[in-house]
Amino acid sequence: MPVVSVPTILPALPEILTVCSAMALLMLGVFRGEGSTRLVSWLAVLALVLVLAVALARGGDRQIGLNGMFITDGFALFMKVLVLIGSAVSIVMAMAYNERERIARFEFPVLVLLATTGMLMMISANDLISLYIGLELQSLALYVVAAFKRDSAQSTEAGLKYFVLGALSSGMLLYGCSLVYGFAGTTNFAGLAAMFAEGNASIGLIIGIVFVSVGLAFKVSAVPFHMWTPDVYEGAPTPVTAFFSVAPKIAAMALFIRFLVEPFGALTAEWRQIIWFISVASMLLGAFAAINQRNIKRLMAYSSIGHVGYALIGLAAGTETGIQGVLIYMAIYLFMNLGTFTVILCMRRDGRMVEAIDDLSGLAKTQPALALALGIFMFSMAGIPPLAGFFSKVWVFLAAIHAGLYVLAVIGVVTSVVGAFYYIRIVKLMYFDEAKGVFDRPIGAEMQAILVVSSVVIMLFFVIPGPLLTSAELAAAALFPG
Amino acid sequence: MTSGFPYLTVTTFLPLLGAVLILVLRGAPEAVARNARWIALWTSLATFVLSLFIWVNFDPTTSDFQFVEQSDWVPTFNIAYHMGIDGISLFFVLLSTFLTVLCVIASWISVTSRVKEYMIAFLVLETLMVGMFCALDFIVFYMFFEGVLIPMFLIIGIWGGPRRVYASFKFFLYTLLGSVLMLLAILAIYFETGSTDIPTAMAFNFPAGMQKWLWLAFFASFAVKVPMWPVHTWLPDAHVEAPTAGSVILAGVLLKMGGYGFVRFSLPMFPLATAYFTPLIFTLSIVAIIYTSLVALAQDDMKKLIAYSSVAHMGIVTLGIFTITQEGLQGAILQMLSHGLVSSALFLVVGVVYDRLHTREIARYGGLADNMPKYAFVFMLFMLASVGLPGTSGFVGEFLVLVGAFQVSTWGAFLATTGIILSAAYMLYLYRRVVFGVITRADVRSMLDLSPREVLVFAPIVALVLWMGLYPSSFLKPMQPSVANLIDRVEGAQKAAGLPDATVTAVR
Repeated sequence: MPVVSVPTILPALPEILTVCSAMALLMLGVFRGEGSTRLVSWLAVLALVLVLAVALARGGDRQIGLNGMFITDGFALFMKVLVLIGSAVSIVMAMAYNERERIARFEFPVLVLLATTGMLMMISANDLISLYIGLELQSLALYVVAAFKRDSAQSTEAGLKYFVLGALSSGMLLYGCSLVYGFAGTTNFAGLAAMFAEGNASIGLIIGIVFVSVGLAFKVSAVPFHMWTPDVYEGAPTPVTAFFSVAPKIAAMALFIRFLVEPFGALTAEWRQIIWFISVASMLLGAFAAINQRNIKRLMAYSSIGHVGYALIGLAAGTETGIQGVLIYMAIYLFMNLGTFTVILCMRRDGRMVEAIDDLSGLAKTQPALALALGIFMFSMAGIPPLAGFFSKVWVFLAAIHAGLYVLAVIGVVTSVVGAFYYIRIVKLMYFDEAKGVFDRPIGAEMQAILVVSSVVIMLFFVIPGPLLTSAELAAAALFPG
Repeated sequence: MTSGFPYLTVTTFLPLLGAVLILVLRGAPEAVARNARWIALWTSLATFVLSLFIWVNFDPTTSDFQFVEQSDWVPTFNIAYHMGIDGISLFFVLLSTFLTVLCVIASWISVTSRVKEYMIAFLVLETLMVGMFCALDFIVFYMFFEGVLIPMFLIIGIWGGPRRVYASFKFFLYTLLGSVLMLLAILAIYFETGSTDIPTAMAFNFPAGMQKWLWLAFFASFAVKVPMWPVHTWLPDAHVEAPTAGSVILAGVLLKMGGYGFVRFSLPMFPLATAYFTPLIFTLSIVAIIYTSLVALAQDDMKKLIAYSSVAHMGIVTLGIFTITQEGLQGAILQMLSHGLVSSALFLVVGVVYDRLHTREIARYGGLADNMPKYAFVFMLFMLASVGLPGTSGFVGEFLVLVGAFQVSTWGAFLATTGIILSAAYMLYLYRRVVFGVITRADVRSMLDLSPREVLVFAPIVALVLWMGLYPSSFLKPMQPSVANLIDRVEGAQKAAGLPDATVTAVR
């Protein structure tokens, strides 16, 4: 029986801190009652910032702990930073909203913290078992927050739908894991990597990889496993949708990358076809299905499906440049999406949320600053230079060209033009059309702060792209030793 | 030549500074509008003066890039902020800064809503245009090239005519589709040459098979921008719906981006593919010249007519570029400059009567020579310059292109000349219907002649058109070494690959 000593649990320090603060805040909430929601929320944000600092202080050195179950390296650090930012901002966004909608309960930040713990574990998973535990911890917390507005039929429906389909996908994933174990005899990524270094895969193992990929494709909402996304995005409370669209997606993408590249890096030729297909399918569906949407949250759901398709181009390349591309993509996507959802949260009229895209009409006249910010995000999502979204696309296409995936690259750019249509349609509504009404003001100091920061990042990214590109390069290099 | 003062960077980003100034303006709406106009005017004037300095200090004896600036941007990927101009790009920079000033003056009164945003859009547009012509790094170039879409989309969509939404979407998506393919080609070039430096790529010999694909990708982008037949359909819509100043920039500078792209990239980087595709370009150009001239004859809308004439004139440009002769190329570049001035002026001419009567329907006018003699004179001058009357800028460009074309393809030159005769037909027909005849309507009779502000807008263009027509050497000399160098490069590469002389491979 192995003894758990301090050094072996040290790599998991951020996760331990997160889960401990979740427990502490839960108790605080229970003892202080419902009135403590704001306090608990801010403390949760503080805890996440603290965890972020700890993770950064520990650095990106490759360390393996918990008997090989757990790994931290530059790649994990990069993804953890993104997830922590996403979670913290989501909690901040939710505070005022929850109070207005009378669903301000202290469980919300606690659940987000628990989900974040699961995500951090997913990112650091080095074994099929820890992969599954992290994924389930995350998912269970997410099912609850999806249904957090429990008096609303839509929200509960979203939670239930997410739960049923999520359970199905977890089942597939678990089945895939068992197949991999059955044909390889180990669940450890390092062991798997050593076993298949020559690329000698049996058909059973390939089927196992396919099933695990299906489960992960569900989590990143890639086509054809995207069905839940529009409904859940539309039904869940808006800050929860914002949270869904960034943090879990980034964590699942990290897991997807690590699972395919670390243990099965020698089998790139085998799994590339799968990723190629889901990437193309996601881009096409994201581009075409979004055109007819009338609800802005549904639109964002399809938009996020499309973005996942672009990010997967980098994974399909399977090279170091490709992974770097995915990392850059997810980082910029995080800021674009958080910014956009902040604007969506500001879409209130007479104290009630409005969600139709047409409600944005004439925003440039009534609230020029808000319109400018959303305009920046939309042009960025369409990938128009000099905004950050352009660079995120450049790097994945760069990887595709480098890996010789010309068809994938061409499909990618063509769908990005189709996608541009619905992004600039929002700009058209805001700038070309007459105003229908005014949104409630003020939007709140914390929302303003999020908007300013994210739009400045997106707008001025091109001035100093160095830090993100370099850290993404280091992070990607961590997956390709030697 | 590396100069100490970063001329190009300052010229490029000075308008952006003005835009930021306007953005922070606060106060009463009228005061903000007035200040926005003045700031825009002074900024664009300062930029223009700065670009004149560049012209004065330009060394016309060398084909090297001048005023070069280079600094690291993304060193790990070998992407640098690299700027510089040669004889080919010099005049496009001047054209951009010149036309922006005119646009600001021309919109002084006619734009009344959202003046602040309007001026910001034009200044941002100026930054992007100047930067595009100066960029010597592919990623920098692409950022400027594609970034133009955002302000232009807003200009057409916010201040445009009744069908502005359709026109702005068509413009945006059409051009975007072409550009993204070029982006992929740029990435492929990056992996082939190891950097995104444009001079490096211009001297690089790409494998023959790869050249064709890359050429086609660049063609997709530039052909839409030029625009060449049959991908020209966005242009009439965009022109008709855009506000006057938007049409001016569109015709004056944005269309030149395509022609500039062919000269700067397609020719030197892919000489073999250029030889291979020259017949295609010739065919499309000649179809454009003849077909769109005929279409122009049938138009009822003044702006639409001029838009179609633009397509025809740009057909002459592409014909000239792909002759790869000294005369043809210099003629094509001069024709681009001339068209930049003349068609912009014609759009302004239309704008003058549109401001007064708010219609562009040709049949609504007639007999303007009676009550607007100054206007009739200006209109006549630009109309004749567009037709290519000797003594105007249009003649020099067209003549040189035809001289070049004759050396390569007699039939091509013959058909192109036919098209030019058609251009005389539709322009004279337009002029007769608008300016001559008898005034039948009271509102037309009550229209006032050019105001001093409008005279101020037209005077410099008139002077330039005549200067270019009477003494074209001022413009041809600085570009001569660069063009000669370009032709050496193309023909050298074609000879090295064992291709026969360009004059033999082209269609006859």
